Amino acid sequence: MLIDSGSPGAVGTIGISLTINGERREIQVAPWTTLLDLLRERLDLTGTKKGCDHGQCGACTVLVNGTRINSCLALAVMQDGAEITTVEGLASLAAREGKNSLHPIQEAFVEHDAFQCGYCTPGQLCSSVGLMNEGHAHSREEIREAMSGNICRCGAYTNIVDAIEDVMQQGGAR
Amino acid sequence: MNRFDYVRPNTVAEAVQALGADPQARFIAGGTNLIDLMKYDVERPGRLIDITRLPLRDIVEHDGGLRIGALVTNATVAYDVRIKERYPLLSSAILAGASAQLRNAASTGGNLLQRTRCYYFYDTATPCNKREPGTGCGAIGGVNRIHAILGASEHCIATHPSDMAVALAALEAVVQVSGPNGDRAIPLAEFHRLPGDDPARDTNLAPGEIIVAVDLPAKSFATNFTYLKLRDRLSYAFALVSVAAALELDGETIRTARLALGGVAHKPWRNTEAEGLLQGKPATRETYQTAAELILAEAKPQSTNGFKIELARRAIVRGLEQAAAGTPQSQSDKRIQ
Repeated sequence: MLIDSGSPGAVGTIGISLTINGERREIQVAPWTTLLDLLRERLDLTGTKKGCDHGQCGACTVLVNGTRINSCLALAVMQDGAEITTVEGLASLAAREGKNSLHPIQEAFVEHDAFQCGYCTPGQLCSSVGLMNEGHAHSREEIREAMSGNICRCGAYTNIVDAIEDVMQQGGAR
Repeated sequence: MNRFDYVRPNTVAEAVQALGADPQARFIAGGTNLIDLMKYDVERPGRLIDITRLPLRDIVEHDGGLRIGALVTNATVAYDVRIKERYPLLSSAILAGASAQLRNAASTGGNLLQRTRCYYFYDTATPCNKREPGTGCGAIGGVNRIHAILGASEHCIATHPSDMAVALAALEAVVQVSGPNGDRAIPLAEFHRLPGDDPARDTNLAPGEIIVAVDLPAKSFATNFTYLKLRDRLSYAFALVSVAAALELDGETIRTARLALGGVAHKPWRNTEAEGLLQGKPATRETYQTAAELILAEAKPQSTNGFKIELARRAIVRGLEQAAAGTPQSQSDKRIQ
């Protein structure tokens, strides 16, 4: 057994190592802490939003080792050793490659007016980058289907697809 | 969410041992269903056994078919080149379900073990024989438009929510499990069970057993197949009725037929008698209608889901037409041809 937090009922914490937006962090977590709550409540990375907290709305979407998941349905302790990118890290991803202060998908969301209230936007952005990393969606229909896990109650869907399509035509996630 | 203890074994043997030591513990892999259920207090395990470090993440050639490790994610299976080319029915069914984020996290074993999405199972303020045996069933006579029309009992009318399992049933996949008494193989058709008088049990897994792999047999139905899923929204919704259809044709005659339904019962619903009836018959709408009549002959509506019987009848016919024509349902363009 690599890890054992002790006897049931004991309020134990477990040491984990995460690389969050390029920065390596050693963190003690209780096993029942979700990745979402760790980011927001412990690490002050409040860009990632809590919407439904049940994996239905996509507001909490982050990238774990480049793959998009719902951080509300992920236990932090199970991500031990992983590389996490949140919306706060998208710009730095771009900056590391000598780009402007925003990630191309962020620029495209501004350009295409792909949000109104903005609450779902961090999840939409991370999901868009995940979609482009996956490389399975090509047509508008496929983009819509692949973004179906991100709800936007303002109804900016058409412009979100425009933004993603625009960045994909420029060569995808950079 | 309740507080719990956490262990992280590195081998299947350690995982089986950890569960044996604490039968109230739960395995966790993708967590997409279990964590959700824990947030609703439907599941309150005292200990989680994190199995994500077990070496069960490969898809390998096996006996003319493929062996999918229990931890391979739904997304990895769906987009695997071998699966897409040889088992497009499975790929299509997986892509019909959930969202990209969930498919990236959810595992093959976990998909089979996910619980029903019956509203009453989730709502701890209501009675539910599956959640709390002996308390009754809120769905019978309640809000039940998503519930079973086949194989239900007076104790439970829940349906199994998986799309993947419906395709696996049609493909005659085999579930490989390991447990305190060694390894065994369970045909997918026998993996899930009907509710009967013990709806708390979804599957025939014995206490202490863990899924290690799912085997796909050599026969793959890569030409004439479809996964047709009908639901309230076109994306990201559970099936009201789904059909996995797979055919082998000799010209206009059906040589082999496989048919499994989702969203209609406590398990993926296969009727081998109806499949036998299709064999040797002309691939026509009349033939398909006869099979649909046979499958639905014993269908029983609940108070508000009678529409599902007619929906299933039409879905079976349309699914077989799509399969025979070699025009499988697209999972991005949702128009039904």
